[in-house]
Amino acid sequence: MSFFSLNTFYVVGGCIMLVNAGCVAADKGHGSRWTTALFWTLLGTCFVFGASMPFVVVGYMVLGMGVLAVGGKIEKSRERTTSREERTESAKRLGNWLFVPALIVPVMAVLGTLIFPHLHWRGYSLVDPAYLSITSVCIGAALALVVGMWLTRAPVRAPVVEGSRLLQAIGWALILPQALAALGGLFAHAGVGEYVASIVETTLPTQYPSVAVAAYCLGMFLFTICMGNAFAAFAVMTGGIGVPFIVHAHGGNPAIMAAIGMLAGYCGTLVTPMAANFNLVPVMLLELEDKNAVIKAQAPMALALLAFNLLLMEFCVYRF
Amino acid sequence: MIRLIGILVIIAGFALRLNTLLVVIASGIATGLASGMSFNEIMGEFGRLFIANRYMTLPVVMMLPVIGLLERYGLRERAEVLIRKASTATAGRIILIYTGVREVSIALGISIGGQTSVVRPILVPLAEGSAHSRYGTLSKATSARIRALAAAAENIGTFFGEDIFIAVGSILLMKGFFDTIKIEVSVWAMALWGIPTAFAAFGAMAWRARALDRLIAREGLAAEARAREKS
Repeated sequence: MSFFSLNTFYVVGGCIMLVNAGCVAADKGHGSRWTTALFWTLLGTCFVFGASMPFVVVGYMVLGMGVLAVGGKIEKSRERTTSREERTESAKRLGNWLFVPALIVPVMAVLGTLIFPHLHWRGYSLVDPAYLSITSVCIGAALALVVGMWLTRAPVRAPVVEGSRLLQAIGWALILPQALAALGGLFAHAGVGEYVASIVETTLPTQYPSVAVAAYCLGMFLFTICMGNAFAAFAVMTGGIGVPFIVHAHGGNPAIMAAIGMLAGYCGTLVTPMAANFNLVPVMLLELEDKNAVIKAQAPMALALLAFNLLLMEFCVYRF
Repeated sequence: MIRLIGILVIIAGFALRLNTLLVVIASGIATGLASGMSFNEIMGEFGRLFIANRYMTLPVVMMLPVIGLLERYGLRERAEVLIRKASTATAGRIILIYTGVREVSIALGISIGGQTSVVRPILVPLAEGSAHSRYGTLSKATSARIRALAAAAENIGTFFGEDIFIAVGSILLMKGFFDTIKIEVSVWAMALWGIPTAFAAFGAMAWRARALDRLIAREGLAAEARAREKS
């Protein structure tokens, strides 16, 4: 048993989403008030009651959220925050103290991971040891909020309104990593990884450890260019090449492989027009004539970093 | 071959610029149907995995109220003051400083930046202003080069800084992936191995920033020479 289980924070996080749904529903000027409120209600419900709901119901709820997200139906409220003058004024007053609450979170993440495992009493631990780092971040965030409130002397509704503003700014993209992880699980279930592995095995001499590393890094790079998303490529490439060849066949370190492999994928994100929000949106925002201007600026760095990641993995993955 | 249908759905869906979330769900459904699962089985499996991976979204949500609160009281404005203070230098160096600030801040889990909120209103005017004050009016091509590199600074800083913070989507996604296939991996080890590339990314940006400064100087000197010839 643990005092702060992860489920405690799922309930807290779910309540933040439900409050956000309430904020949207109360906003009469909102363009698509009810669909947006419904989206956040569904998501909040998954967080608060997720542990006790039938999985098939959750599946249909996620499908519902996907349908609601189509056509940009999940919109932002009008922003109601402080004016620029007010912010400049309080930035002057608070100075670098403004960074202190924000820095509590990473400090707490490190300290919590070191200290919390030692805090237990008669079989009760303070936090769930399986989710140590995430629980530490959540505790840090709560602590940071308390310090921030004390520092700014803000009214209680300020974090509610501002949290809701940011949550709406992220919108449906908030659950994208979670949905992609679920997709990775379905791919594993359907044996996509084994299939990709069998193709790779018949076409490349994977008995050489360095070939496996090169295939994985370049695979992450090229697949990310095609799919426009390194997270989506990660499940396919790691299941199909990384785990069977680097980890199982040649005994490579999975942490090093995954961390560097993901970064090789990011090199692909830098050069693909498929990643529109990174590479095409700034073109419009900065009023550039050449649609590929940002990609062209990034391409030399992307290739240099791909080479760096490839060599780093070749050198380290079988040594540590 | 039919098993790869999910990948094709993703490629087609992204190419058609459909909503990413729906494309991902559709890809899952196609993959499940191709491997002989019933629709309800797919929904059940999707729901189970969605619930099991809730911890990926949780830290982001937990941090929003405090970050929003600090923004309300001028977090961005304060960061702007610090960047202005540090940047009495050339356009390339201003962009390089921003890359560094962005990498460090996001590695600590604080997102102060963004194409809309910082690059366009602060970084581009600062960088262009610096080049302008040295060499006078810039050609359209040079101005475009400055802007494109500023946008690149945002992307490079974010991508290669964020994997050092453990409570970020990518690290948690990797953790979740290894959990499903029962391989024990520590989030700290993955974050640690992101550090060398973070430095390399800064180095790569330093290289491009210097190239930009050289270009601006060359063009500035040429313009001065032309002006002298005329007079």
